[in-house]
Amino acid sequence: MMRKGLAGQRLVAVFLAGMLLFNFPLLSLFDRPVRVFGLPLLHVALFAIWAGLIALMAWIAERGSR
Amino acid sequence: MLSGSTIVGASIAYLLVLFAVAYVGDRRADQGRSIIDNPWVYSLSLGVYCTAWTYFGSVGRAASGGIWFLPIYLGPTLGLALSWLVVLKMIRIAKTHRITSIADFVASRYGKSHVLGGLVTVIAVVGTVPYIALQLKAISGGYALLTGDHDSDFSPLHLGGWLQDSTLYLALTLAAFTVLFGTRHLDTTERHEGMVAAIAFESVVKLLAFLAVGVYVTYFLYDGIGDIYARAAANPDLLSLLSFDGAGKTGYGGWFSLMLLAMLSIIFLPRQFQIMVVENVNEQHLRRASWVFPAYLLAINIFVIPMALGGLLLFGRGTVDPDTFVLTLPMVHGQVELALLVFVGGLSAATGMVIVETIALSTMVCNDLVMPLLLRGSDFARDGRRDLTGTLLMIRRGAIVVVMLLGYLYFRLAGEAYALVSIGLISFAAVAQFAPAMLGGMYWRGGTRDGALAGLLAGFSVWAYTLLLPSFAKSGWLDMAILTAGPFGIEFLRPEHLFGLGGLDSLSHALFWSLLANVCGYVGVSLLRSPTGAEASQATLFVDVFRRGPGTPASFWRSGAEVRELVPLVSRFLGKRRTEEAFARYARSHDLSSLDQLKADPELVNFAESLLAGAIGSASARVMVSTVVQEEPLGLDEVMNILDEASQVRAYSHQLEEKSRALEVATSELRAANEQLKEFDRLKDDFMSSVTHELRTPLTSIRALSEMMLDDPRTDLANRKRFLGIIVSETERLTRLVNQVLDLAKIESGHAEWHNSDVDMRELVEHAISTTSQLFRDRGAEIVTDLADAVPVLRADHDRLLQVMINLLSNAAKFVPEGRGRVEVKLSVGDEGIRVDVADNGEGISPELEPVVFEKFRQGGGAKARPQGTGLGLPISRQIVEHFGGRLWVKSKPGEGAVFSFVLPMQPV
Repeated sequence: MMRKGLAGQRLVAVFLAGMLLFNFPLLSLFDRPVRVFGLPLLHVALFAIWAGLIALMAWIAERGSR
Repeated sequence: MLSGSTIVGASIAYLLVLFAVAYVGDRRADQGRSIIDNPWVYSLSLGVYCTAWTYFGSVGRAASGGIWFLPIYLGPTLGLALSWLVVLKMIRIAKTHRITSIADFVASRYGKSHVLGGLVTVIAVVGTVPYIALQLKAISGGYALLTGDHDSDFSPLHLGGWLQDSTLYLALTLAAFTVLFGTRHLDTTERHEGMVAAIAFESVVKLLAFLAVGVYVTYFLYDGIGDIYARAAANPDLLSLLSFDGAGKTGYGGWFSLMLLAMLSIIFLPRQFQIMVVENVNEQHLRRASWVFPAYLLAINIFVIPMALGGLLLFGRGTVDPDTFVLTLPMVHGQVELALLVFVGGLSAATGMVIVETIALSTMVCNDLVMPLLLRGSDFARDGRRDLTGTLLMIRRGAIVVVMLLGYLYFRLAGEAYALVSIGLISFAAVAQFAPAMLGGMYWRGGTRDGALAGLLAGFSVWAYTLLLPSFAKSGWLDMAILTAGPFGIEFLRPEHLFGLGGLDSLSHALFWSLLANVCGYVGVSLLRSPTGAEASQATLFVDVFRRGPGTPASFWRSGAEVRELVPLVSRFLGKRRTEEAFARYARSHDLSSLDQLKADPELVNFAESLLAGAIGSASARVMVSTVVQEEPLGLDEVMNILDEASQVRAYSHQLEEKSRALEVATSELRAANEQLKEFDRLKDDFMSSVTHELRTPLTSIRALSEMMLDDPRTDLANRKRFLGIIVSETERLTRLVNQVLDLAKIESGHAEWHNSDVDMRELVEHAISTTSQLFRDRGAEIVTDLADAVPVLRADHDRLLQVMINLLSNAAKFVPEGRGRVEVKLSVGDEGIRVDVADNGEGISPELEPVVFEKFRQGGGAKARPQGTGLGLPISRQIVEHFGGRLWVKSKPGEGAVFSFVLPMQPV
């Protein structure tokens, strides 16, 4: 059984983190003409943060099921 | 170039596979081996979010706005992070109350209101039918491209006649599929396992097809993602797409609006609600879906920007429509098989959306629009014998076909118009209007039907004015002047700059105003009055869904109904066989062997209502059940009494507190009474010992003198006389004592005899003085009188009052000093009545002894000067005076004498 309380709070924390990272002003930090492996920082950062959040959510959700 | 027959063949083959998957899904469900009872299938079925708008449109949006296509997918990711809080609650509520659509959810929450359900249905239909049209357009456009029916820039040429239009046949085929798998039978939970299996399958197909073309473009046409970016960076035309605001969008506010909108639509789009809430098999599946679905979205978006840039690099800006890049890029390179696969992928994205949306809409239209009208009108509801199963199914199927044809109609009429192309976000904004009423309903008890109605109407109107109207104007259906100059030239009311608000893009602007109007209407109107009984009971059921045990929903009904009445009612809508199965299951769960043994209680009525709710909507179900159950629904007070167990407990504990407080008071009273009794007991003992002591003293001397005379016969006569004199006086003293004790006992117990006559106090006082004058003469004391001349006549016992007077005078005589004593007697008439004061000039009484002298056997004076007397005179006097309603008291200054006074009221009691 999922430890509802803790997992729920963690997911809310992920939500808040996402809200912050995907919006002004933090988002504007990535909007600069910098290249990472030839790709614009903004694109790389958005996808990387997105993937990171999904990994975090997966960890929270699946861990709770043990 | 592909021939039409190849494409049609491939499409039909694909649809047949879909039929097969759905068929297997339904078969497995009937056998009890569900394939959709699996978190992965559930997660994939959520992929219905990605429609043809995603499949073709994402690349188009990326080609014009760069990274700006992304918030539409970031929003759902964040929304799913919250799903464990919000969606789980929705699922639990929907399962508990057999809610089968958003309209039903809202209607049920606000007291099972038909009007509210109807309004939600209308908003959903208006908001999403154009979206269905968009799907048909995407398929039609793709078909035209593949068959070569396009110009050099790959724009589809004119559409053929209606009957030659393959899109019509596609719409009809989809309608047939939806009817087959969406309304195979009437189910009490409105779940469609085969359909969900097909949707999950479609999600896989569209993902694979999209990834295939993405990989082809990125790694075969170009040399990987880095290569594409490098070339785009070198191209001044495309450079702007790589930064955030290079594409001329309106800043971070617009970005946030898009994300919020997508977050709301992942929950409130009718198709998402259908798949995520209604079709959910197991709540626990949501947990895996909360990360698998975002991962799916991430996967389907990885190649969007590379494809957009790749297409732009190849075709340049302003030639080929970027929305078609996924098809045109393989085609210009001769990859017809890949193009066909991409087309099938697009087909799956479009059909998935269309199927689920039409099912969701048809459920709403049937349960919340048509049924209430049917039930209201004519003798439809009252004709108890008619089997309505067939009618109900026909309504559903009719609704599906009508919705599908409406979509097709809009597609034919709108064509390339802006109103169709931009419908994706407009549609999202329409369903976002459900958010306040639904979220508020789940977390706030105070929301009322009127509030929800006001909020939805306000939000919907503002949405139509600020978003739908401008889209019509931009399509050329309305005069553009309405946007630039405002309606009737009122610039203040320009739809995209309402009240002169600027600085926002049109979507953020519309979202702000519509949600503002919505929330204000909802909260404001809700606060105007307290919820009614029906609203309050539903509010508690929704808000506290996790607190209640799953098996025992609080019942709205108070009285029961017989099984033989309920079964026919339910079977009219569900069919005889299903109804009897359901009731038999219910009977078994109550350990009863047959239906006839079921008790006619409110729980049974509740069960029947929830069965019906699944089939015809909660509002209609209540109306139908109330035709059988003869009773008035609960009033607010009663509901509150039933639901608010806490208040009952509070009342009990309050009562307990009261009782214990009362007990404490009683205990202390009893303790005080006990103390008094003990005191009386002690007094009685004291009295007894005093009496015996007083009796013994004279007895002893009588006995001693008698023995002396008996033992000594030679005692001379003089002595004998003296002894006998003493014996007589001691005997008299004994007699007096015994008489006084008896007297006091009689007075105290109320058995004394009183002989009342008219008494002249002046005469009485003079009489007493003359009686006691010998005593004063013996003591050498003078007596001074100050008597009022005329005193009113009293009605009292003359002898008793004389006894009091003599007692006071003889006491005074005892205590005055020998030889120089002086006693003053004063008689006066005052407010209180007739007053007598007897003042002496003896030693006086110390203040602490003042009250004591009136106690029995307590005599004034020190032990050495213990005077003659019984110690009962003053107590008896006091009793007598009090008997006539007066009082007797003493005032004294030690060394200066004491004043004994008593007053007697004029009219003694």
